[in-house]
Amino acid sequence: MNHQNTLLSVNNLKVYFRSDDTLARAVDGVSYEIRREETVCLVGESGCGKTVSALSILGLIPQPPGEIAGGSILFNGQELLGLGDEDLQKIRGNQIAMVFQEPLTSLNPVFTIGDQIGEAINIHENIAEAEVNARCIQLLTDVGIPSPAERMSAYPHELSGGQRQRVMIAMALACNPDLVIADEPTTALDVTVQSQILKLLRSIQKERAMSILYITHDLGVVANIADRVYVMYAGVIAEQGSTENIFRQSQHPYTQGLLASLPTRSKRGQRLHSIPGTVPSAAYKPPGCPFHPRCPHAITRCREEYPGMCDYGGGHLARCPVMFKNDQWCK
Amino acid sequence: MNSANHNILQIKDLKKYFPIRKGFFQRVAAWVKAVDGVDLEIEEGKTLGLVGESGCGKSTVARMILKLLEPDEGNIIFRDQDISRFSEKDMKPIRKEIQIVFQDPYGSLNPRMTVGQSIEEGLRILGIPRGEKRRGRLEKLLKTVGMSPDSADRYPHEFSGGQRQRIGIARALSVEPSLVICDEPISALDVSIQAQILNLLKDLQDQLGLSYLFISHDLNVVGYLCNKVSVMYKGNIMEYAPTEKLYEHPFHPYTQTLLAAIPEPEPGRKQAAITMREDIPISAPPPPGCALQGRCPHEAPECRDEKMPFVKVGEDHFVRCWRVGQNGVARYEP
Repeated sequence: MNHQNTLLSVNNLKVYFRSDDTLARAVDGVSYEIRREETVCLVGESGCGKTVSALSILGLIPQPPGEIAGGSILFNGQELLGLGDEDLQKIRGNQIAMVFQEPLTSLNPVFTIGDQIGEAINIHENIAEAEVNARCIQLLTDVGIPSPAERMSAYPHELSGGQRQRVMIAMALACNPDLVIADEPTTALDVTVQSQILKLLRSIQKERAMSILYITHDLGVVANIADRVYVMYAGVIAEQGSTENIFRQSQHPYTQGLLASLPTRSKRGQRLHSIPGTVPSAAYKPPGCPFHPRCPHAITRCREEYPGMCDYGGGHLARCPVMFKNDQWCK
Repeated sequence: MNSANHNILQIKDLKKYFPIRKGFFQRVAAWVKAVDGVDLEIEEGKTLGLVGESGCGKSTVARMILKLLEPDEGNIIFRDQDISRFSEKDMKPIRKEIQIVFQDPYGSLNPRMTVGQSIEEGLRILGIPRGEKRRGRLEKLLKTVGMSPDSADRYPHEFSGGQRQRIGIARALSVEPSLVICDEPISALDVSIQAQILNLLKDLQDQLGLSYLFISHDLNVVGYLCNKVSVMYKGNIMEYAPTEKLYEHPFHPYTQTLLAAIPEPEPGRKQAAITMREDIPISAPPPPGCALQGRCPHEAPECRDEKMPFVKVGEDHFVRCWRVGQNGVARYEP
């Protein structure tokens, strides 16, 4: 299924967390791929495994309690799972960089932002300090920080939330990565700032011809930024396809339910569609299709058998054989 | 604004300043104008949305209405009574009428009390004796919010976020209030659960005739739920209008920016450009004049001098902006 332009492919990844008497299958056989120069959104509710799957790409899952129970992660053809810390360090921040949700806690309060951006460059490249400085200033300019040369000596608390997130993005871009993983980078920000950061990410992605893996729970943001979308539910991919596929031709009852339950002004006065029940915990997932207890279309077989992905063509797949017209149980 | 008596709550020129203290003697170095002259009105049985970005003072307003914070200036008129200077004792009968549902369903329930105990606290204060009657009332409340009656004997940790928010709503309703302040009641919940709680709030309003003050930063939710909307920025109400008018014809540059920034769940839709500059934290006291100065794309000299009065631009539509004309015509190019 690999596209010729594939930059990163995650295949049947399983990440489990073990405690005394339970096994939480946070990521339970997830496959996705990111091609060069595209923005892929991983969307799902809290606890669906989207962040865990992204952290395992960079080897950031603490083991124990976590364990990679299977699968593979290929980046530029190289297997990342099982790579030693030293080898991973060469990739982290260099070829794959990450932007986290909360810029205030991910920046070090006692170092200037110049120091922190420079650190990433110094780790991966051996260049003179003046050159590092010049590059930092250029990066700050690129992410739209006003008067960047003066801002180099500012501390994180002197910046607004939006500017801090811009600094985080500058840090991620420091070594010209091929892939940036952005984990809910705008969730902690106000809407006006969010829309500016999204705009920045879009323009940087084009200019630098890089790929973005964007993790979010906000379907509004997805529609705004994604080329392709993977919808996750309870540790598995429920549906995948182009943004158009997901928003206009969704085939999985979960995706359909999510879209129908979004409050918008056009639904004023109407009752919102709501998905009954709650998200199952990773430790106690129902057998068969994990969505069946909440699904309006569930049949007996959904309770017993784990459904396969049904192919709607053009890269649009949904893990729901009941909705599939061909009357066959997809494997 | 008109003071028609079908308003359940009316707020006039409400102010709350917090001191910033410095040095050994804790001298007051400056004041943070958290709420700087806010006017609001909530119609009986209707929902007023209060929107604004984080730190704009919306929760401070909520806390003053409940008298959890003493207002510095201004009036809070609840059903023809000015409660802004009420003592604890005077407030007691009013507290029964005004209740709040908090944002975080995890932090707002006591983990060591059963759900029943949490909800019953209100009933106890109402003077309903323990026993059959109170138990019956409790079970009815749980049913109203869509929970099974046996949840009363369980503890908060046994419930999911959405269920806890239902419990929080049951607790607020236990004393039969007429006004419920909902402070970001769904923003901590998962997308698939948000719709359940919004539907519940709507049903309860229809059944019980409740009035809501719905505080939120999410313009999609406010546009869905509220009858009228007040837009708040740095302690000031910038615009107030019926929901339809506000979304169709926003006058204030700040409202326009907020609306343009809504991420619409519709692919291919061109996002309007945001021309407003980013807010930079400043330690100096804010200059006089419009709260938006320094960020506003339509700024003019008059904006820096004096705070603009709240001007009527249409029926029930008010704007605080020097550059909007009296007759509802925007004087700048929108």
